[in-house]
Amino acid sequence: MIELKSVSAGYGKCGIVHDVSLTIPEGKVTALIGRNGSGKSTLLKAMLGFIPRSGGDILFNGIPLNRMSRAEIAREIAYLPQGKNVPDISAGRMVLHGRFPYLKYPRKYREQDFVIAEDAMRQMGISGLAQKRMAELSGGMRQKVYIAMALAQQAPAIVMDEPTTYLDIGEQFKFAGMVRQLSESGKTVLLVLHDILLALKISDQVAAMQQGRILQCGTPGEMVDSNVTGRLYGVAVKSFRTDRGVQYYYEADGESL
Amino acid sequence: MGWKKRMQGRRNRKRNGEVQGGWRQRHWRLLLGGACLLSLLAVCSSLCLGNVNFSPARLVSLLAGSGGGMERSIILYARLPRTLAASFAGAALAVSGAVLQNVLANKLASPGIIGVNAGAGLGVTLCCAFGILSGGAVSFAAFAGSLATVFLIFLFSSRTSASKTTVILGGVAMNSVLNAICESVTVLDTDVAMLSIDFRVGGFSAVSYTRLVPAMVLILLAFGVLFTLCNELDVVTLGDETARGIGLSVGRYRMLFLVLAALLAGAAVSFAGLLGFIGLIVPHFVRRFAGNESGRFLPLCVVAGAGFVTFCDMVSRLLFAPYELPVGILMSVIGGPVFLFLLVRHKGGHRYD
Repeated sequence: MIELKSVSAGYGKCGIVHDVSLTIPEGKVTALIGRNGSGKSTLLKAMLGFIPRSGGDILFNGIPLNRMSRAEIAREIAYLPQGKNVPDISAGRMVLHGRFPYLKYPRKYREQDFVIAEDAMRQMGISGLAQKRMAELSGGMRQKVYIAMALAQQAPAIVMDEPTTYLDIGEQFKFAGMVRQLSESGKTVLLVLHDILLALKISDQVAAMQQGRILQCGTPGEMVDSNVTGRLYGVAVKSFRTDRGVQYYYEADGESL
Repeated sequence: MGWKKRMQGRRNRKRNGEVQGGWRQRHWRLLLGGACLLSLLAVCSSLCLGNVNFSPARLVSLLAGSGGGMERSIILYARLPRTLAASFAGAALAVSGAVLQNVLANKLASPGIIGVNAGAGLGVTLCCAFGILSGGAVSFAAFAGSLATVFLIFLFSSRTSASKTTVILGGVAMNSVLNAICESVTVLDTDVAMLSIDFRVGGFSAVSYTRLVPAMVLILLAFGVLFTLCNELDVVTLGDETARGIGLSVGRYRMLFLVLAALLAGAAVSFAGLLGFIGLIVPHFVRRFAGNESGRFLPLCVVAGAGFVTFCDMVSRLLFAPYELPVGILMSVIGGPVFLFLLVRHKGGHRYD
């Protein structure tokens, strides 16, 4: 469980994130939504200790963030950043680097690290890509490599910043299945998503951010009922029941999509 | 054979310390072995050939310490220091360039770009301006100059938390300031221009053990530290956020790598003068064959850099004997076209970005 207690953070004098309190429950999928520049990514970075906080506390299973070293944080949370550059190494090596936080100086990968990396790749169905260079892979494949890396990190929580950007609809679909699978295997998942329908579909909890504050946080049903997206984006999300569960669609100015 | 199978092979063999088994590993060993062989050949021929030629057998017996007072002196006090200097300078500059290119994520980075060369140049110019002209003093001044620059880089990068672009821009600014001071000194005192030209062109003709040994020790130390940090270097190149995400303090390590690279370059420049080109082309050349994983990349850079510079130095001595061509010029003449050829011919890599 990750608890944020009135966290404020940002760059320079005026902060970006103000007084955010949020609990990310264990083994559940939490989605963070909000307009561009509403402070989602900044909140993630503050949560991981990448940028200094100007106030508040962050607790991982009750342990405050300030008491943890960078490697200890990495063993608690695996982080998939938003803008990933493409390093010139093989995919297998990339996944293996997920074991980095467990190494002590001089940091050499051990036998068990290879085994864990191999398992992570098998779990993502990319064992065959180990020898491929990262630059040779498609966006979706690269995404899988990064997720395999996060799995190899064996952290109880995984945080992903806009993981579906650059993925085609088929890959997005597969991604949704993957997130479900992760959560079923007991991982805590926190996603920043721009695709509201996807967020509503795959998450157990949705938190909406506006101008650096949490506007509302609740289950997908509650978020739809209170028309949060209408207030955030001017585009409402409506739902209807089918025999295969609740379906969502966008509606703005009387037109639906 | 797939990675998986190879992994199982690994597990069966229970061998540690190797990155991946199978073809790639063998391929790399072959590459390293071949490069070692070629470099050794360059070193041996550099020891044997010159105004007086020795056969390899004679070389061995002379080095082992049997007879021949005059010949022994030639080997021990002319050829050996010169060959050592060429190989150490080559290795240090190549590795320095390789580290800088990776750490700054910039293909154009080389020791010159962060101001180390300019710092050393300023040290030498000032030294000459004060009328101190002994080889040892010039070498010391070059080293002090580059160390001072290393310190400035350290301060600058810690103030800017070692941001990649800022370090490069800062280096360019530092270069231009240091060069400006250099130029003004040479304009005011024209003798200095003549005196420091040897240093600016670079070369190994005036090398002696007193100049060489301290720099060699420093280079070996820096190599020692660097080779235990290969995985950290790889992780830094993954990008700042990914690296932080897997628990590396990127800023701190980038600073450490910058200082190590600057130390290597500074030590090399202190006895070899300004040989800029190696730091740029050797890493690129090696990367084409060995890939970008530091555990393989850096050792190969050491061997290739040492071999290339030793070879060039030997040719520069022999080509117009008894006159000598400055080795820097020869390196550009040989290395430049080879590099261009590689850029045009080699498929894959960064051709389409």
